[in-house]
Amino acid sequence: MKYISEFRRSELAEGLISHIQHSSKTPARFMEFCGGHTVTIFRYGIRQVLPETIEMVSGPGCPICVTANADLDKAIALAQIPGVIIATFGDMLKVPGSRSSLEKAKAEGAEVYTVYSTMDALKAAADNPDKPVVFLGIGFETTAPTVAASILQAGEQGIKNYYVLSLHKLCPPVIRALLDAGEVELQGLVCPGHVSTIIGSHPWEFIANEYGIPCVVSGFEPLDILQCVDMLVGQVEKGQSKVEIAYRRGVRPEGNRQALKLMEQVFEPAPARWRGIGEVADSGLKLRDKYKSFDAEANFTIEPGPVVEPAGCICGEILRGVKTPADCPLFGKTCLPESPVGPCMVSTEGSCSAYYLYGEGLGG
Amino acid sequence: MEDKILLAHGSGGKLAHDLVEKSFVKTLANPLLDKLDDSAVFELSGRLAFTTDSYVVSPIFFPGGDIGRLAVCGTVNDLAMSGAKPLYLSLAFIIEEGLPLSELEKIVNSVQRAAGEAGVKIVTGDTKVVPRGSADKLFINTAGVGVIPDGVDISGDKAGVGDKVILSGAIGDHGIAVMSQREGISFDTELESDCAPLGGLVADMLNASRNINCLRDPTRGGLATTLNELASQSKVSIRIEEKAIPVREAVLGACEMLGFDPLYVANEGRLVAIVPPEDADKVLKAMKKNKYGKDAVIIGEVAAKPPGRVVMKTVLGAHRIVDMLVGDLLPRIC
Repeated sequence: MKYISEFRRSELAEGLISHIQHSSKTPARFMEFCGGHTVTIFRYGIRQVLPETIEMVSGPGCPICVTANADLDKAIALAQIPGVIIATFGDMLKVPGSRSSLEKAKAEGAEVYTVYSTMDALKAAADNPDKPVVFLGIGFETTAPTVAASILQAGEQGIKNYYVLSLHKLCPPVIRALLDAGEVELQGLVCPGHVSTIIGSHPWEFIANEYGIPCVVSGFEPLDILQCVDMLVGQVEKGQSKVEIAYRRGVRPEGNRQALKLMEQVFEPAPARWRGIGEVADSGLKLRDKYKSFDAEANFTIEPGPVVEPAGCICGEILRGVKTPADCPLFGKTCLPESPVGPCMVSTEGSCSAYYLYGEGLGG
Repeated sequence: MEDKILLAHGSGGKLAHDLVEKSFVKTLANPLLDKLDDSAVFELSGRLAFTTDSYVVSPIFFPGGDIGRLAVCGTVNDLAMSGAKPLYLSLAFIIEEGLPLSELEKIVNSVQRAAGEAGVKIVTGDTKVVPRGSADKLFINTAGVGVIPDGVDISGDKAGVGDKVILSGAIGDHGIAVMSQREGISFDTELESDCAPLGGLVADMLNASRNINCLRDPTRGGLATTLNELASQSKVSIRIEEKAIPVREAVLGACEMLGFDPLYVANEGRLVAIVPPEDADKVLKAMKKNKYGKDAVIIGEVAAKPPGRVVMKTVLGAHRIVDMLVGDLLPRIC
């Protein structure tokens, strides 16, 4: 088992596509919550091979994209404090806040380290004991456990100059908020694979039970997505709504108990701001009081200034699944991958970036 | 204590002379270099190709190669991509004070091996040493000249509608091999860089057909960027098939982990050829007989529309645009 090429085999894909085309009779709109899924869908042209009965819409599952400008501004303001080292995943660098970006702050002299793992941020703190190192905690349930582990490790190793700006977000509460807003009607949800690796499939039950929407957890290869769509179609045609897993190699119904325990130990639910959606109760994570000494918000005076939203940018509506990048007047004109206006064009998992890079529908 | 490069090694004085004579000239010996005059003097006739490139790869040693081999192969390949037979190279070092002499010697030996394999001579050179922190260990510049055989006319603007697109082997090995050694993201892999001199492969291809229209080595920016350049220069569309493009499982795996697309990962021993359809099979056959072209495949063809764009048929049978690389995927991989 090599886990990649098997899940890209065209002869298997043909079988699934043909099965979907034969079984799908009822028009249905499915949302892929996760930006990773959006990328696979565009990279392999999955929308083009699905029957006309099926409409795929992209959801808010890109952690970079949903980070509100107010929070981006905080991260940038922290970077501008002399002596502070910011450690962050690379995708954050280019995201424009109200007035600047981490990339610009870096060019102006801020110390910004790009890391591939939370533990590299902790190592930066150990290597620079005379400087505070702030890790930008951006991500969903997938990343939060590793950040929790880094905080516990910092405690064990007596590292006192390590801080986390916790902008983590939780997926189930925001999906409830989207469904309650009633702007987008769904007949199926492609549930995020990596998030479900941590939280399991049980936390999606409310969507099937309370809202009657079929849910299938999917992996990230083209065959995973096709299998997931096939299973969603199966539920739609049978009039069912339940939670199924099309990603058994990565997800168990109960999730990863060890990771959940770590998260629970270090963080507690808190309200969080989502771009385009606003504040959603219990959809974020803050450090518990016991770990306050690692909390960047509690230990630095952060003065980011007033929030300015980019004029004309519709990232918020795109994230809610109400509009597509093609509806945006800036898309492909003033907002380009090399000069992004909104975060959905910056992040590799952003809808605008995927639409632009893979030129959906062109050249057919 | 280990011998290290000192600022005095670049001063032009005694230490510098010793370094040049003992470490460089002895290893790279050939009649043109041995004279140690200010310029190498030689005669050439016909149409010449002339190119230069600087090499700043980090780390300087990586699986399957090092900065020395890269500095020879990169410039040799640029000459070969014009259809030229590469002949003479210059070799200039910018060395950071403190580099272990043993590392420099290893690299000079590697330069000699690569030059020997490529059939080129290092005929002139230069050494500068800069204070610690002013460079990162070692930078190399090479320039090269070669002679273009009669009847060969290769250029990026010559791709014609109906031409076949040939790729010489699996993509992404070099970029991922270098990446695997980077501080901060190092990971274990059996992959080795594909870094290789392609002059011999190109000569074999030209023996099979003088009608090759375009040749290019997909280095920085990867296959996607090279194809976009060719489509744009020739004002044509290039249509490729995802299924046909060879990518090793290890490259696929590393790309998944790092969030890269193999189409954008650098290669240092691969080439793309655009060939009239009637000559494609014989060129492909000639490539397969060469060790650097044994996995060569036709990955697509040239179409009229949309001009300047590369369109890929995905494994699912759908179509998508393959754009140029935006930004910096892998800093300093060459």
